[in-house]
Parts: sequence; C-alpha cells; structure tokens
Amino acid sequence: MTAPASAPARFGTGELVKVRVGTPSTHFRTPEYIQGKTGIVVALYGSFRNPESLGHGGDGLPMQPLYRVEFEQKQLWDNYKGPEKDKLLVDIYDNWLYPATT
Amino acid sequence: MSADHGDDIDHGHPHPGMEGDDELGYYARRAQAIESLMIEKGILTSQEIQGMLDSIERRSPTDGARVVAHAWFNEEYKARLLDDPESALKELGYELPETTPKLTVVENTDAVHHMVVCTLCSCYPRMLLGRPPDWYKSLAYRSRAVVDPRGIMQEFGLNLEEEVEVRVLDSTADMRFLVVPRRPASTEDLTEEELASLVTRDSMIGVTDALSPQPAAIAD
Repeated sequence: MTAPASAPARFGTGELVKVRVGTPSTHFRTPEYIQGKTGIVVALYGSFRNPESLGHGGDGLPMQPLYRVEFEQKQLWDNYKGPEKDKLLVDIYDNWLYPATT
Repeated sequence: MSADHGDDIDHGHPHPGMEGDDELGYYARRAQAIESLMIEKGILTSQEIQGMLDSIERRSPTDGARVVAHAWFNEEYKARLLDDPESALKELGYELPETTPKLTVVENTDAVHHMVVCTLCSCYPRMLLGRPPDWYKSLAYRSRAVVDPRGIMQEFGLNLEEEVEVRVLDSTADMRFLVVPRRPASTEDLTEEELASLVTRDSMIGVTDALSPQPAAIAD
C-alpha cells in the first residue's frame, strides 16, 4: 500500500514562521488569535489529512504536515499577567505558515 | 397557581427544563435523524456507532491516573511514555486507536508547567481520560486559558512561582495532550496504587497539581 500523498514539510524545528491571516467561510482549525503572529517551530508531528477538506466530505488529500509552533505569551497579549518566559503552543498545518524574517 | 395555568402540558407556552423525560430536544432529534440516515445509506453500522461510544465510556481519569502513577514509580517507564506514548501505553494494556487523533504526553516539573485547552471546541485525550469535564468545554475556560493561565490555576488552588515557565498547549489539530503532573513531596514510601489516588483528572489537564498525601493519623 502506498502512503497517501502529502505536501512536503517546508519548515524544520527552530525555524521562525508566521501564521497566515484568513477566515475562510469553510471549516478551518487555525485560531484567529495567533493569525499574523510569529512563532518558532518546535516539533513536526508528521502529516495528517487536511481538516479543511475532511470537514466538507473530502478525502483530506494531499495531507498537510503538522507542526507544534511556540509563541511568546507577551507577544500575543498586551496585558499578559506572567513572566516573559511563558509560552503558548499551538498545532498548525503547513498551509497556514510562511517563513518569517526577524 | 392561577386558574388559567393548570397542569395540562399544552397550555400555550413552553417551560424550559420542564419537558417530559421522553421528549428529545432539537439537537438530539437532529442527531438521531442523521444517525438513521447514515445507517440507511450504509455509511455506518449501528455496531460501529456503539463501538465508538463504548470506547469513550470505557475510559475514565482512573486510567490516566494509573499510567501517571506507573511513570512516577518507574523513571524508565516515564521516559518511554514521554518518548513514545503509544507503545508505552501498550505495556499497561492500553491499545490506542490507529486512527487520528494521536496522543502526546508532557511532563510538569519544578521548572515547566503545562496546561491543556482546546480553544476551538473540546479536543481532549478521551482515549485515556474518557469524557472531558463540562468546565473544559465552557467558553469561559476556552477563552481565558490562553490569555490568563496563571489566573485559572489560582482559581483551581495552584499559585505557581514566577520562576516556573507556563506552557499552554492549545490542541487545535490531530494531537491530544496528557500531562504527567509533578510528583508530590513525601511520597517516597507510597505504593503505586496509593500514588494513583493522588492523580486527579484536573492535574492531568494541568490546571492544578496532583494532591498531596494526607498525613497519617497520629496515634495517641
């Protein structure tokens, strides 16, 4: 059996990425509060069927690489109550990310 | 009670919460209709639906507590659990489904504290903990957990020191998270079973720590 087609993983751990901004009228799983924010890839879980297709009866192909992306809490919220080092980790599919420049 | 508001059910306006137990609400009837259609069309069988329900009902926080206690008791097992949860859980007789979602296990230490939320809906490690508590699905928890995790922990009775790094995990996709809480102090002499009794559901979500052992009753 051949593995289902997957988009290639475009990012490696340690790379800076930015989250695309968008609110499709269809199903999507990228929370709006991190859209437009810059984070760092801390893990690549492998590839999974794309929920934006699965949510509407599609086959989810090509699969999308899924990353755990780390954000600094202080960069997400102006009034964050906690130390600088607190983090927020969100799982994001490849098609929502693009390379960030510092 | 006034005369125009007698006990007959059809007296012109609804009484929310007072419907008979045998009456299904709108969403229950809708779900039932979709279920019958899917069975009729041969997309699912009623056995498959029952199997799915059974697999969720079979698990409860007791299962997670057993796993955590085993990890506390055995450092090598803990390392395997963090590294490859699927095969480590198999050692204890828990067979995770081959389908998604998958499970990731994270450890709370004196330096790092993880707390889990699903801001989009109610994603939860059901394959090990069963159904999520109602508060986990509430809009209040889902919206506040990412903005003010330390405030939420305080409400659950945990005052984390500033030195501890808080890491909130938002389970938005195909991964679910189980937290191995910090092992409480003064538990060196406890059995694995006694340890398991200290592992609460909330501590495996990370909103608080595991319980501290009750001091033994002092004899006269």
